[in-house]
Amino acid sequence: MAEIDILAQQLRSALGDGAVISDWQRRRTYECDGLAQYKVTPALVVVAENAEQIAETVRACDQASVPFVARGSGTGLSGGALPHADGVLIVTSKLRRIHEIDWVNLRAVVEPGVINLDVTKAATPYGYYYAPDPSSQQVCSLGGNVAENSGGAHCLKYGFTTNHITGIELITPRGEKVQLGGKAPDVPGYDLLGVVVGSEGTLGIATEITLRLTRSPETVRTLLAGFSSTDDAGAAVSAIIGAGVIPAAIEMMDALAIEAAEAAVHCGYPAGAQAVLVVELDGPAIEVAHAVDEVQRHCREHGSEEIRIAKDDGERALIWRGRKSAFAAVGRISPDYIVQDGVIPRTALPEVLQRIRDLAQAHGVRVANVFHAGDGNLHPLVLFDDAIEGQAERAEQLSGEIVTLCIEFGGSITGEHGVGADKVKYMQLMFTDDDLDTMQLVRCAFDPDGLSNPGKVFPTPRMCGEAPRRHRVALDSQKTDLTGRP
Amino acid sequence: MMVPGQRDQPIPSFGDRATEVRNAVLADAVAGVAPRWVATPHSTKEVASVLKAANEQGLAVVARGTARRLSWGQPPNRVDIVLDTTSLSGVIEHVAGDLVVAVGAGTRLDELQSVLARAGQRLALDGEHGDSTIGGLIANAVSGPSRLLYGTLRDLLIGVTFVRGDGVIAKAGGKVVKNVAGYDIGKLLHGSWGTLAVITEAILRLHPVPPAQRWVTIQVDDPSRTGELVQRVLHSQLVPTAIELDRTPSGSSLLTVMLEGIEAGVRTRADSVSILLGNGAVSSESQPDMWGKPPAAAGDYLLRLTTEVAALPLLLDAVTEASGATGLPMHIRGSVGVGSMLASLPSDASSDKIGAFLDTLRRKSNRWGGTVVVLDAPLPVVRSIDTWGPVQALDLMRSVKVGFDPARVLSPGRFVGGI
Ligand SMILES: Cc1cc2nc3c(=O)[nH]c(=O)nc-3n(C[C@H](O)[C@H](O)[C@H](O)COP(=O)(O)OP(=O)(O)OC[C@H]3O[C@@H](n4cnc5c(N)ncnc54)[C@H](O)[C@@H]3O)c2cc1C
Repeated sequence: MAEIDILAQQLRSALGDGAVISDWQRRRTYECDGLAQYKVTPALVVVAENAEQIAETVRACDQASVPFVARGSGTGLSGGALPHADGVLIVTSKLRRIHEIDWVNLRAVVEPGVINLDVTKAATPYGYYYAPDPSSQQVCSLGGNVAENSGGAHCLKYGFTTNHITGIELITPRGEKVQLGGKAPDVPGYDLLGVVVGSEGTLGIATEITLRLTRSPETVRTLLAGFSSTDDAGAAVSAIIGAGVIPAAIEMMDALAIEAAEAAVHCGYPAGAQAVLVVELDGPAIEVAHAVDEVQRHCREHGSEEIRIAKDDGERALIWRGRKSAFAAVGRISPDYIVQDGVIPRTALPEVLQRIRDLAQAHGVRVANVFHAGDGNLHPLVLFDDAIEGQAERAEQLSGEIVTLCIEFGGSITGEHGVGADKVKYMQLMFTDDDLDTMQLVRCAFDPDGLSNPGKVFPTPRMCGEAPRRHRVALDSQKTDLTGRP
Repeated sequence: MMVPGQRDQPIPSFGDRATEVRNAVLADAVAGVAPRWVATPHSTKEVASVLKAANEQGLAVVARGTARRLSWGQPPNRVDIVLDTTSLSGVIEHVAGDLVVAVGAGTRLDELQSVLARAGQRLALDGEHGDSTIGGLIANAVSGPSRLLYGTLRDLLIGVTFVRGDGVIAKAGGKVVKNVAGYDIGKLLHGSWGTLAVITEAILRLHPVPPAQRWVTIQVDDPSRTGELVQRVLHSQLVPTAIELDRTPSGSSLLTVMLEGIEAGVRTRADSVSILLGNGAVSSESQPDMWGKPPAAAGDYLLRLTTEVAALPLLLDAVTEASGATGLPMHIRGSVGVGSMLASLPSDASSDKIGAFLDTLRRKSNRWGGTVVVLDAPLPVVRSIDTWGPVQALDLMRSVKVGFDPARVLSPGRFVGGI
């Protein structure tokens, strides 16, 4: 019997038949995440019912030296949950219990399969919400958010997932259950939680998550400003931030993105605008009123001729609908597209957008821009038609050049979607071998056999004993001293 | 205390001749342990040379900024070289428009703040830390009252350059606030007490200096009443920057709420806070005397107490009880809005009594979900007390340490579990 069949049998008797999927057609439905251009059918799928089953599965994988990959809702955009052909895909989507909305402590405790927006829904009656709000928040899981350190429009003011997670229960790649952090702050020892958040499932599987709840603001005002160029809109963003105003969100869309959104959801953005800014301000009423004035002034000074302020929740929702539907909407004006996620310093916005236009023209490829302007996180959507020969290659080439451009301006290859399988090839643009080795030292501490989501994040995954070899030697000779293990 | 420095020995050079090295003197001792030399590197590369040499020669190194917290933790098992970081100083790049600054780890906080102030910006770390270096503040995870709104350096550190214990130079993060490429090693170094790497440069997220500030203070001695008032402010929509408690050994307590923003807004919000706090609340434009200062006098025991925010009264009651049982008076001061406070016990407390005090608190600490850590304690008592208490995931931490610093060059013995 093949090794994987033995493992399947073993897991079936431990977890019950229902949890283990061997059938090829059913396994195949898990072949990709939100980035469908990468496809791998996993050797086995486990749909766990609870944390204990995840621990059992990981322990079995560890014993059999079989790789495993965690999967939440599968909406990741970097191939992070791409299965391993010889490995087990561990699906958390049945772990959907919200254990506690402990608002008096400003905390909630949830299972990893809980949907992001469901936390906010459960906390809203008490006047609280969960701040990090990826555009996919109606479907993505907290486990996936933790793994990707997901961001969202409101992270400009409120920070990213990592700033809102105070504890996790983790099944380490060796199958041990550890608690990192909790409801109280400043836990003694190294901040392992801080490294696990954003480690893209390479340090184990989170089975319980303690997160921070944020008090709903007294006032929220949402404003839409049309501009005659992205340069003007970019300058307005700089002016707003330069004036000391920190909006909850500042999002930008260019003409092509506006056109797509308009066609899809009729959001009624200013006609003829070459760029729009969606600016949201929240907080105590007096402060917000002042900030709204400031924002309007700066938008006008930078050439905005049409500014709309949402009068009610309906108008506010409409403004956001245009922004939030943008990715899907672009799908209507182009059969295929690549989403990039590079980050640049905010002050470089006008220059970088110009360079992207130049590159797009040179390649004869269209690019729509929809992005988190406040923190310089670009989402250029590179449009192509796979049916037309050569277009996919050109789009891929342009997309790579945009990433390089972001690095040239001192930015990052990814602001929120993660490295996954897709951006592994760019990691060396940003980091030296020693930088990457250092990260892998942490990997080796958690996962010496490299079983947890192998092939992601690191371009040259190394055996822990391999490079640099002296670590391993030193580690072995010191084990009794430092780890207490023989 | 051991006698420092074999003075007649020739002063070695550690790989890089440019690095200043001198013999150590008595004042260079680290928690009573005498080093042999003090090396003052001027660059990340020079730091790497010192650490490489230390690895080759089996020497132990303790990084030192302005030595404000050098006595924290257990005394190191051994120290050969004190690595003085104060020449790794200065603002490397301040891009005001991006609200980001890159700074040498040996730069003093007050120097950094004065450069930033010229652009109307600040690092959102308040408290009495001006004469500390950025590297030291990160390494010891030092925070101030405004962490309620802005978080700690953990949240503000977006990029870091460092030299691992094994002498390898590396970096993580970068110059942009939003960045998920690779592991967030900065968070691992924050609060690592110099046992994994020497931080040489930090890139920090900044905030604008708000036009106005106000403090609303009320005297509130009863623990459950204190807890109730903290809850009221915390669950309001008034967005306080800080909620601090200052509780003397006699139980006399001042609760202070800090507000920041535009002048008109701050005044209105301060009035609302005053109403929430009730009779006796006083609103002022100047900060209370104790603001952001540690509760301990030089030589006292300094502890960190944490709690789930709503369980504060349980912690305060337990402290009163432990004080009653041991006769040790405790002064508590800190961020009750986030559940992390500093506390002091008198310098002349015996190790038995300290042990009993810690036991009493730790045995019950699951009731408020917090931890009790001794940050600083007088010699030689510190060696006989369990300064850290229970630590989660210690095996993983040990493995991380082995990876970064396989020869245990950096501050051996100072950290959790003897790391
Ligand atoms: C239309 C659309 C819009 C989006 N908008 C945003 C946005 O605004 N901001 C943003 O940041 N992202 C966005 N995303 C990307 C994606 O939604 C996020 O990365 C999300 O966090 C993924 O969650 P998931 O549950 O789908 O995770 P998956 O895709 O299933 O997995 C993602 C990664 O997490 C790991 N993982 C999953 N669960 C666990 C666990 N319990 N423990 C450890 N590792 C685990 C997986 O192994 C994988 O590496 C968007 C995606 C789409 C399709």
